[in-house]
Amino acid sequence: MTRVMAQIAMVMNLDKCIGCHTCSVTCKQAWTNRSGVEYVWFNNVETRPGLGYPRRYQDQEKWKGGWELDRKGRLTLKSGGRLRRLLSIFANPIMPSIQDYYEPWTYDYENLTSAPLSADTPVAPPRSLISNEPMAVRWSANWDDDLGGGPALASRDPVVERIGDRVRLDFENAFMFYLPRICEHCINPACVAACPSGAMYKRSEDGIVLVDQDRCRGWRMCVTGCPYKKVYFNHKTGKAEKCTFCYPRVEVGLPTVCSETCVGRLRYLGVILYDADRVTEAASVPDDRDLYEAQLSLFLDPRDPEVAEAAARSGIPDDWMAAARRSPVHDLIMKYRIALPLHPEYRTMPMVWYVPPLSPVVDALAGSGHDGEDAGNLFGAIETLRIPVEYLAELFTAGDPAPVTASLRRLAAMRAHMRRINLGEEPDPSIGARAGLTGDDIDGMYRLLALARYDERYVIPTAYAAQPGSVEEIGCSLDYDGGPGMTGPFGEASGQPVPVAIETFHSLKQRQTSEDVTHERVNLLNWDGKGVPKGMFPEKEDR
Amino acid sequence: MASDAENLLLKTGRFFRRVPANDDPRTLYLVGGREGDSFYRDRWSHDKVVRSTHGVNCTGSCSWKVYVKDGIITWETQQTDYPSVGPDRPEYEPRGCPRGAAFSWYTYSPTRVRYPYARGVLVEMYRQARRGGLDPVAAWAEITTDPERRRRYQSARGKGGLVRIGWPEATEMIAAAHVHTIKTYGPDRVAGFSPIPAMSIVSHAVGSRFVSLIGGTMLSFYDWYADLPVASPQVFGDQTDVPESADWWDAAYLVLWGANVPVTRTPDAHYMAEARYRGQKVVVVSPDYSDAAKFADEWLAIRPGTDGALAMAMGHVLLKEFFVDRQVPYFTDYVKRFTDLPFLVRLRERDGVHVPDKFLTAADLGDTGEGAEWKTVLMGPDGEPVVPNGSLGFRWTDSGKGRWNLRLDVDPLLTLYGGRSATVDLPRFDDGAGAVRRGVPVRQVGEHLVTTVFDLMLAQYGVARDGLPGTWPSGYDDPAEPYTPAWQEPITSVPAGRAVRIAREMAETAAKTEGRFMIVLGAGTTQWFHGDTIYRAFLSLLLLTGCQGVNGGGWAHYVGQEKCRPLAGWAQLAGGLDWSRPPRQTPGTPYWYLHTDQWRYDRFDAGELCSPLGPGAFNGLHTADLVARAVRSGWMPMAPAFDRNPLELGEAEDPVEFTRRELREGRLRFAAEAPDDPRNWPRVLTVWRSNLLGSSAKGNEYFLHHLLGAGSNLPQPDPDAPRGKLDLLLSLDFRMTSTTLFSDIVLPAATWYEKHDLSSTDMHPFVHAFNPAIDPPWETRTDFDAFHAIAARFSELAAEHLGVCRDVVVVTPQHDTPGETAQPGGREPDGPVVPDLAVVERDYGAVAGKMATLGPLAEKLGLPVKGVVFRPDAEVEWLGHSNGLAHNGSTRGRPLLDTEAKACEAVLALSGVSNGRLALQGFAQLAERTGTDLSELAHGGHRIVFSDTQARPVHVASSPEWSGKEAHDRRYSPFTINVENGKPWHTLTGRMHFFLDHDWMHEYGEALPVYRPPLDIAALFGEDGQVQGGIVVRYLTPHSKWSIHSEYQDNLIMLSLSRGGPTVWMSVEDASAIGVADNDWVEAVNRNGVVVARAIVSHRMPAGTVYVYHAQDRVVDVPLSERTGRRGGIHNSLTRVLIKPTHMIGAYGQLSFAFNYLGPTGNQRDEITVIRRRSQEVRYQ
Repeated sequence: MTRVMAQIAMVMNLDKCIGCHTCSVTCKQAWTNRSGVEYVWFNNVETRPGLGYPRRYQDQEKWKGGWELDRKGRLTLKSGGRLRRLLSIFANPIMPSIQDYYEPWTYDYENLTSAPLSADTPVAPPRSLISNEPMAVRWSANWDDDLGGGPALASRDPVVERIGDRVRLDFENAFMFYLPRICEHCINPACVAACPSGAMYKRSEDGIVLVDQDRCRGWRMCVTGCPYKKVYFNHKTGKAEKCTFCYPRVEVGLPTVCSETCVGRLRYLGVILYDADRVTEAASVPDDRDLYEAQLSLFLDPRDPEVAEAAARSGIPDDWMAAARRSPVHDLIMKYRIALPLHPEYRTMPMVWYVPPLSPVVDALAGSGHDGEDAGNLFGAIETLRIPVEYLAELFTAGDPAPVTASLRRLAAMRAHMRRINLGEEPDPSIGARAGLTGDDIDGMYRLLALARYDERYVIPTAYAAQPGSVEEIGCSLDYDGGPGMTGPFGEASGQPVPVAIETFHSLKQRQTSEDVTHERVNLLNWDGKGVPKGMFPEKEDR
Repeated sequence: MASDAENLLLKTGRFFRRVPANDDPRTLYLVGGREGDSFYRDRWSHDKVVRSTHGVNCTGSCSWKVYVKDGIITWETQQTDYPSVGPDRPEYEPRGCPRGAAFSWYTYSPTRVRYPYARGVLVEMYRQARRGGLDPVAAWAEITTDPERRRRYQSARGKGGLVRIGWPEATEMIAAAHVHTIKTYGPDRVAGFSPIPAMSIVSHAVGSRFVSLIGGTMLSFYDWYADLPVASPQVFGDQTDVPESADWWDAAYLVLWGANVPVTRTPDAHYMAEARYRGQKVVVVSPDYSDAAKFADEWLAIRPGTDGALAMAMGHVLLKEFFVDRQVPYFTDYVKRFTDLPFLVRLRERDGVHVPDKFLTAADLGDTGEGAEWKTVLMGPDGEPVVPNGSLGFRWTDSGKGRWNLRLDVDPLLTLYGGRSATVDLPRFDDGAGAVRRGVPVRQVGEHLVTTVFDLMLAQYGVARDGLPGTWPSGYDDPAEPYTPAWQEPITSVPAGRAVRIAREMAETAAKTEGRFMIVLGAGTTQWFHGDTIYRAFLSLLLLTGCQGVNGGGWAHYVGQEKCRPLAGWAQLAGGLDWSRPPRQTPGTPYWYLHTDQWRYDRFDAGELCSPLGPGAFNGLHTADLVARAVRSGWMPMAPAFDRNPLELGEAEDPVEFTRRELREGRLRFAAEAPDDPRNWPRVLTVWRSNLLGSSAKGNEYFLHHLLGAGSNLPQPDPDAPRGKLDLLLSLDFRMTSTTLFSDIVLPAATWYEKHDLSSTDMHPFVHAFNPAIDPPWETRTDFDAFHAIAARFSELAAEHLGVCRDVVVVTPQHDTPGETAQPGGREPDGPVVPDLAVVERDYGAVAGKMATLGPLAEKLGLPVKGVVFRPDAEVEWLGHSNGLAHNGSTRGRPLLDTEAKACEAVLALSGVSNGRLALQGFAQLAERTGTDLSELAHGGHRIVFSDTQARPVHVASSPEWSGKEAHDRRYSPFTINVENGKPWHTLTGRMHFFLDHDWMHEYGEALPVYRPPLDIAALFGEDGQVQGGIVVRYLTPHSKWSIHSEYQDNLIMLSLSRGGPTVWMSVEDASAIGVADNDWVEAVNRNGVVVARAIVSHRMPAGTVYVYHAQDRVVDVPLSERTGRRGGIHNSLTRVLIKPTHMIGAYGQLSFAFNYLGPTGNQRDEITVIRRRSQEVRYQ
């Protein structure tokens, strides 16, 4: 054992997700409610089955995200070798268009107050935030919410395409569940590898993957490289942006915004130790279905004295080790083995894991059904849950149903065990045993899944050896300006990138408190770069 | 790694940066030096974080952190500092939802109302009149009494043309309109509408206080919203009292019935998810595969509106297997002590057999003492009738003192089985109105043939016993006889076997856990015309299994927000009770029914929905006749009361006597008898904290057409009905809605992040504060400041024009007062009842002063709440010290209420939940009445002051204001005081009622729990259901994921996360029948109006039903309709008010009026519509 690294990882318990999107909204409000990133949701929640955001992002035959093994079994970016990408750096990368995300819009709200006396009631029709023209809303950040797929859309869900007729889209068989997604902060991030500028990096102290806003040249290779499509392009600054794992909060021991505001209480944050030297080996196992186990094999037991020693050698501080030993994420992944990685077959070694969801028994609608609480039916029922195990397996285990089934059985066994206690009956140890759990295991799982308080859900060490960033803004680099081939969907041709400082709260203040609401939004798509269009910069105001 | 060449490139070619990389240079690690990331650090930084929340019609009452930077509100996240609810259960943190998290968008949004606005044509006319030398009141009078000018500004309502005006001019016009109306028509022609005090107690109270002090009427909302479960007053004698969400955790069996908890109770849904891990079984009953269904162990896909049938069949199983085939001691003991099941009911002969009639009372036994007609009777084990303690006859009588309790000195018989029997006819409605004939065991008591409620229940539910006459089901599989499991299957589509199994599981769980079976009820089952019968069928399951008043058990009705925990203090301020009593309060539904002329479009006989076994008292009558009868019978107040100005009545030497004489001699009429007479129109309506016209207004187009005189989509307006009744529609809001668009004057309101206030809810046991993160920007003002500004100008004008007047106010017999024993026997009076009247002196020049101070009646008359009276002498003195005293005018020496914070302080000081001294007083009074020691329930030292709530949510304490216990070691569950301390329910028997014996309940066939199907609207309105190019579907308006409660449908963030405009959810089958694809524009049309929306097509929807989610207003992305060429309507453009007469019963025990306690519901679920694809080219102008 040579090099131990520590990462703050996340687990989301999908069995508790209510699909409320509070995480999306608080994240959006805190980080991306500014121009250039109107369409960007660092955190989004998808109804499954469904197309996702951006649409069909899981179709890597099209989007070329993540890694694959070449003929010699070596890891290579799916988007092609570096050489090829370097040579084509000025060409359009393979990346979603704004229509694959959605065309952000607003409404002519001001009509409501300012409409003159007219024939009918004033209304606020929609208007594009990209073109500033009236538009018809045809897709949104979460268009297929709660559809359970819907006839027109579900069949195009890449997962449904893979498992075909296992998913039946009729009323009796309806199912859905929610999949909240942030950046996976992968151990083997394809976005970082794809960046030609060296602007993307993984922080060694906590594993957070970031874009250096100074270094980013807007090549957008990262957007292609990320198979989860969680790197976005700011069409105002011309730079990549992504989920930061709320590092300004995490650094001081606060959970990410999406975690703290999760009213389903389904998110867990904690330290995971892994063996950094075996990442390549693990990410290169030939069979996609072995990647889950391979990634598990990277994770180290913080209670193991050898690990502790190696960690100390690797410079991991004591409080991080203490946090690692209390890590709810470690327990959900390693101890209880109920959390699974999202799309391990992308070979990026994602670090946001999921507990799969239970659901009602499917044949109950028509017939007498199973009683899912009855221990006798319990394990048989897993196969007849509305959410097909195959669907979950495609998401979490590259199609291998066994780990998903095992996880669901543990959840079910916990419920059956606890029900006996709840009803004042004698516990039956055989229930847990059939799912590979002892009574103590169930007790621990139960406490973690049902009760865990704020400081048990989020175990974040605070003592970083970090150097807090200077707030001084560094000017934008030369390489960006007007480079050839800088055309694309987001209006990169709109000239000089705007320093991020333009988005200060003072400009926000000016815009938000001005007397008038204006239609004069900046049309970055069509601006030829000459002159300063009205609305680009805040007007000076005498106050 | 791939190729050597690439490796080389990687090593050298991180083209621009040298950093430590992984050994294989695939991954770049970086420590420190992260200046480039300073942007995010900078963005995260902020100057302060302020605690606040959101203040209208949301049960959430979530505390929020509002972030402020440079004086700008930037965003909000949830507070996580709720007090712990115990070591072995999940905590409340965090509480919030996406709607709340997006609220700050409104602060600076382009839909924000930044200045006062008024309709240009009105302003011009007003200014012209003023320039002509008229004073404000005369100017207003001139405009509004001139038919041409009146028509001009009324017809411009809702059509734009708003102009900015200043606050002085706005308040002057408003004040002038009020003064003119009071002077010319009467103060009860002024109305205020603002819902849900709990969510922003002071913002509600301040406007209500103004309206009440001038003699205007406040309109109820809980019943109007159809959120009031009328079954609650009927069964419990309580408005609504429910467990906090943390008590779901205690349930061992949880049924979500018509409730979509993840969407509508988002902050609390985790308790449901987590309790499953504790082994709770969850059953979801819902027509669609809802968000909640994902969490269920079982999903019962039920046909909309048929829930009562399933519950009745489950009740059949419970009664048969757990009461007849065998007895469960826990259940039997419970129903004997806490329900009316053992009480005796007289049978009445009808057509040679019998029908149930009235409860046997002590008066029937010959007792002529006080309250004898209100003392119900049971049968002792020796077959002798016994008058037990606890019935209403013990509640208000001197002799009842110490005996209003649930102690049973005998073990009453539950059934009279084993001797004689009689045949009874019982109504059924499942296949049209009919009857079943079944036998009950009987005894003769004096001249009365009696049976027990329990025996009637078995007959009603069809549970056979050997030897009883009549027609009985042959077994569970008998589909012909109600209420077997097989009978319900074709109605509900739930397989009979599942109904049986789940009923058994409910009962077995309840038996094992002594009552930890809970039903979470939602608007999907409440808001039907017969929602009360659906609920009674549910409640029967819970009562029979001993679940009510038990932690983890009972009903959990979360529809609307009834729980203003500091109730007594709020009521005092909101009613202006400290200065004058009684305030005018009117049930909303019949008010709107009459004044929007929806009654004219009811073209069916009121007898049509009656029981065939009733006396037929409604036959040949119109529902509006029944409204008038309810008013004349003294059951229900109405505004206006009479067809004359009550101030004019007050001018008589003896106003009470004069008014009575005028009534008796027919010169004075009840206004409800002629609602379209201009003398009886409402003239001024103020709406705040509400979007009445874009949300709750059932029959929206009738509001626009008749009440406002604006344009509408009514297909066939009644040409004989008046248009434009209101002289002034005033709204206060911070965003543009249908209500502001149609208002004559719009005042710019502060948002929830710009004021002080208090919040509480039924979902959690805390009270916490609103605090201003910023001052109200532009020219916005808090509701508090706005109403004080109006009151100040009003007082100036009124001093001159009105002076001091005497106002004659009708006093309606109220629940929880001795008035509830006004009409013994539950009989409809033969003719008009001369009402009780009160004379209230109104010093109109002093209104502003009174608004701003706490009046002397607080300590002189005390604070009445739920039948007890707090005496706040020490509190008033304390408030004087804390808030300061008024120094001049007629209010000199009174404690000040001149800021929101001081009003918050007063609310907390004057309520038992936040002031243990008052709670102790109340419990002492109850102890005297019940003869039970209740002193352990409260602690005199408990006290919450406003600054406590600003620091952190604070746990309230037990108080007679509510029926359950509050403690750090247990969760709130209603009626635990009743069950654990033997305090009676506030009902006729003092127990929970299965049987309701009022005349009108018999008339409607609802004396016992019964299944009533959804109304056959097509038949009632004589429609043939033939449509070209469209299909007829059931039209439901459930609460939306993207706009409920703390949020509105116009929020850009929510719209970006959904479909960006009005939508209608439909099944794949229905969509394909009319050629509609996902996102196609469709139109839904019926006799009430038009909705234009885009279709969302999903197989999780059942065929034959569409959802148009609640509160989709006409303001965002609503094009012109093809049908009318006018702007499409709101979700309530297709609905209308249908009044259920039984909701108007009054003056009879728990069936007595109280504000928001009992009144007809504005139900809207029975509606149908035709839906069709329309041209995909839409136009907005």
